[in-house]
Amino acid sequence: MRIPCPYCGARDAHEFAYLGDATLTRPDPAAADAADRFHDYVYLRDNPAGRHQEWWYHANGCRQWLRLTRDTRTHAIEAAEPARRDATQADMPGAAS
Amino acid sequence: MSRLNRNRLEAGGLIDRARPLDFVFDGHRYHGYAGDTLASALLANGVRLVGRSFKYHRPRGIFSAGAEEPNALVELRADARREPNSRATVTELFDGLEATSQNRWPSLGLDLLSLNRFLAPFLGAGFYYKTFMWPAAFWEKLYEPVIRRAAGLGRAAREADPDHYEKATAFCDVLVIGAGPAGLMAALAAGRSGARVILADEDFLPGGRLNTMAGEVHGQPAAAFAAHVAAELASLPNVRLMTRTTVFGVYDGGTYGALERVADHLAVPAPFQPRQRLWRIVARRALLAAGATERPIVFGGNDRPGVMLAGAVGTYVQRHAVLPGRHVALFANNDGAWREMLDAAATGANVETVVDVRPNVAPELVEAARARGIRVFTEARVIATQGRTLRSFDVLSPGGRERLAADTLAVSGGWSPCVHLTCHHGGKPAWNEALAAFVPGATPPGLAVAGAANGTFGLGAALREGAGKGAEAAGALGFPVPPLDVPQVEDAPFALTPFWHVGESRGPAFVDLQNDVTAKDVGIAHAEGFRSVEHLKRYTTLGMATDQGRTSNVTGLAIMASLTGASIPETGTTIFRPPYSPVALGALAGHHRGKDFRPVRLTPTHEWARAQGAVFVETGAWLRAQYFPRKGERDWLETVSREVKAVRASVGLIDVSTFGKIDLQGPDAGTLLDRVYINTFSTLAVGKARYGVMLREDGFVMDDGTTARVAPEHYVMTTTTANAAKVYQHLEFCLQVLWPELDVSLASVSEQWAQIAIAGPRSRQVLAKIVDTGVDVTNEGLPFMGAVEARVMGGVEARLFRLSFSGELGYEIAVPARSGAALAEALMQAGEEFAITPYGVEALGVMRIEKGHVSGNELSGQTTARDLGLGRMASTKKDYIGRVMASRPGLVDPARPCLAGFRPVNGSSRLRAGAHFLPLGARPETANDEGYMTSVAYSPHLGHWIGLGLIVRGPERIGERVRAYDPVRGEEFEVEICAPGFIDPEGERLRG
Ligand SMILES: [Zn+2]
Repeated sequence: MRIPCPYCGARDAHEFAYLGDATLTRPDPAAADAADRFHDYVYLRDNPAGRHQEWWYHANGCRQWLRLTRDTRTHAIEAAEPARRDATQADMPGAAS
Repeated sequence: MSRLNRNRLEAGGLIDRARPLDFVFDGHRYHGYAGDTLASALLANGVRLVGRSFKYHRPRGIFSAGAEEPNALVELRADARREPNSRATVTELFDGLEATSQNRWPSLGLDLLSLNRFLAPFLGAGFYYKTFMWPAAFWEKLYEPVIRRAAGLGRAAREADPDHYEKATAFCDVLVIGAGPAGLMAALAAGRSGARVILADEDFLPGGRLNTMAGEVHGQPAAAFAAHVAAELASLPNVRLMTRTTVFGVYDGGTYGALERVADHLAVPAPFQPRQRLWRIVARRALLAAGATERPIVFGGNDRPGVMLAGAVGTYVQRHAVLPGRHVALFANNDGAWREMLDAAATGANVETVVDVRPNVAPELVEAARARGIRVFTEARVIATQGRTLRSFDVLSPGGRERLAADTLAVSGGWSPCVHLTCHHGGKPAWNEALAAFVPGATPPGLAVAGAANGTFGLGAALREGAGKGAEAAGALGFPVPPLDVPQVEDAPFALTPFWHVGESRGPAFVDLQNDVTAKDVGIAHAEGFRSVEHLKRYTTLGMATDQGRTSNVTGLAIMASLTGASIPETGTTIFRPPYSPVALGALAGHHRGKDFRPVRLTPTHEWARAQGAVFVETGAWLRAQYFPRKGERDWLETVSREVKAVRASVGLIDVSTFGKIDLQGPDAGTLLDRVYINTFSTLAVGKARYGVMLREDGFVMDDGTTARVAPEHYVMTTTTANAAKVYQHLEFCLQVLWPELDVSLASVSEQWAQIAIAGPRSRQVLAKIVDTGVDVTNEGLPFMGAVEARVMGGVEARLFRLSFSGELGYEIAVPARSGAALAEALMQAGEEFAITPYGVEALGVMRIEKGHVSGNELSGQTTARDLGLGRMASTKKDYIGRVMASRPGLVDPARPCLAGFRPVNGSSRLRAGAHFLPLGARPETANDEGYMTSVAYSPHLGHWIGLGLIVRGPERIGERVRAYDPVRGEEFEVEICAPGFIDPEGERLRG
């Protein structure tokens, strides 16, 4: 598989480390139901056949975390965005979460 | 020498008669020429019997002239280079080649195991499954050993492979797979546009069908035309022509796997050259032009040496100038095979008979055959053959049954496009009724197909399609494609009537020659209900041999279809998976073998330690000094004990550069550390260090280490050796994903700094001698857990940390890696008056166990901070990773095994890590398990073995005795639970 790193260009998947679902958000540790929410955050994962957002880390490259949109059936990669850009967008008023 | 090549034509062919080659087959010496394959050279010498079949040990000859060969498998080379199941048809002849027939005993001519044919009723379809139904003991003791000896293929070499294999990566715009007519034209069209082109072909000679056919292309002999195009391609700087290279797999993102046989055509690889090279080719577009494979018709005795694919007969005659026999006959269902035979006859083959299943054959073909004196049988079938190697065959025609002489029977049932690579992403081939063949269905992204692989069988059409698709690929990538003058070739109409199996056959009729699967076996599978193609394959093993059913899959499917009454596409298709051709494991491993499987890293003081006589040990990715034996020491224990005593009595030094070191800078560095460690770092004073523990988000301990604050916005973290990369990745995740608002920059500096620990009561005096003037290392100037930047050894920048893993007064001195060895030397010199002692990781381990520090054995990923006695470090004033999950009931259960120390009750027992704790008198059952010993050491300080371990409610049970049970070593002993610090529990030595 080739991953189009926005910093380094298309690179072989061997250069990357995989983490998993990139749609999860770390829960508020102060919330009343923090224990339940952390349980879901740590352990519960969907296993979609198709479009999937996931974290990949360019370990043997720029050392940036990327949010990939990948089809789990075909390995076709729709998008590869830096994690930090996510954050900047999330900070913008009106940004969808 | 040519007189010995009794089947060699005087002229013609693509062999070099000026370069004769010697080779040996089954101990006999033969001669061939450059340009021969082993198969063509054997045929030239009249060798027709080359092997015995897999199950029934039937005599077998050469069946094809290419990668599809099911029969002519030999052991190539000898001793350590012996390679079984090498296909003689694709083995390029070289001087001194040695080959041995396989699967025969005691000799090829007299094979006693051919008796297996009497066992045939037991070895038929499903024999594995049916035999299993008999008593199991019979299977294990009798059937399996016997069958394994009787059935099978060649013998692998018993010695280690002496050759080297390489891996390489290439990038191109257009990859063309196959250098036949379509591939050559495609590469030419794309190459002339300026695109970077790779043209790969498994043959040593580019040209494919152009090299095996009679006739002209573009006004010159077809092979000369191929050579002309190949020469132009070779001259283009943007084109790479890779011969002897098989593209075997299509992977994601336009990545292709290919195997280049760099030296398989030589007796041994040239000096410093690999035998084979495994390529990863990354291509923006690819074109599959792999041609087609001829398939046989199944009839009685169709496995007899001398029965051969019609195209193979043509190849041997035209390309190798070899007559496979003196009396040639053809059995076919299509016009193409007739033309092949007429061309062979024109070149010098003695074609005597043509048998065609069709009632009507194009009159011009029949006339041309009769004009050559060939007897023609239409609406006829071959039903049986005779001879050890073929002598005669029986024809059944409307005129009756007749026996005809022949030593070579060419067979053609049509052609199957080589669609293999198109299936590698799950695409299913589609049945084409007109061609009676599977053609490519959905192809992997970026891969197009041209020529015979696409079902475009006509030569002229293949040339045009190749040129067109090559231009299309380059054009789609934006390259300007100049018009290409494609040679005009008239294609005769494709005429074939599907015909698979002669129902009137006498004698076994083989579908899969390599796995000895007969038409009858397919019938048995049908009768027993194994009718889907996947069941058929597994039940009969059809198509599951090393040739992957290249000449048998479609035929087997067709026979099953005729039995069920369904159509071929209804019956199923076969899906091909990588690799297209077998790939040696050595090539997949490349240089990663033996010690190079995982290269080790050397510490900055490695050479110094070696000069000190160190014994080294691999710890994670590093090679570290394990201990430093001295003359007269009996064993490692004596050495390690001496090193420990020297440290505790005076001073010792050890390289600790392997710890991970991460540099954190920025206004929010303290905040980040507060969130990843369970304890607080934002309040740490500049110039101080603190031990920290970090958890995974699930609440278990991930890593530990010391982090120092060297400036208000600058921290230096150390991690364990094993987790350096993991912790770095984790910190980047925290910064980039969880809390991108934090302003912190990270850098891994593990390799940039050499770090040496000195420990022992004399360590301050040693340190004082190497620091530059003005550096204060007194107890006040550099107190316990102090961390300062300083200069040492006359101007070398350094960081001094007052830390201790051993429990003694200790320091760690970090200098730029290039100064690491000099630092070791300087410390040795400075410590000479105190008899400073280099020590290794064993002594380090002993001292940390004596001190009760946890290490990798305790940080197992299954322990919490509380389990390790570190629970009180956890801050309650802040959130940190793992905090919420660490408070789960199961993780705070007081009955969890917790860290404790252990000593043997009788004082002299050797403790064992891994031993499980049981209450005294309790039976050794899981229900009674209370935990286990994680680390043990012989303590020279105490004079007996000590251990650390995790035991239920450990800290509450100090003084209690339990049983340490070690069924692996068959030992057990009584131990007493104690506090996990065996030495200086108050820490006075550290602070003094
Ligand atoms: Zn990158």
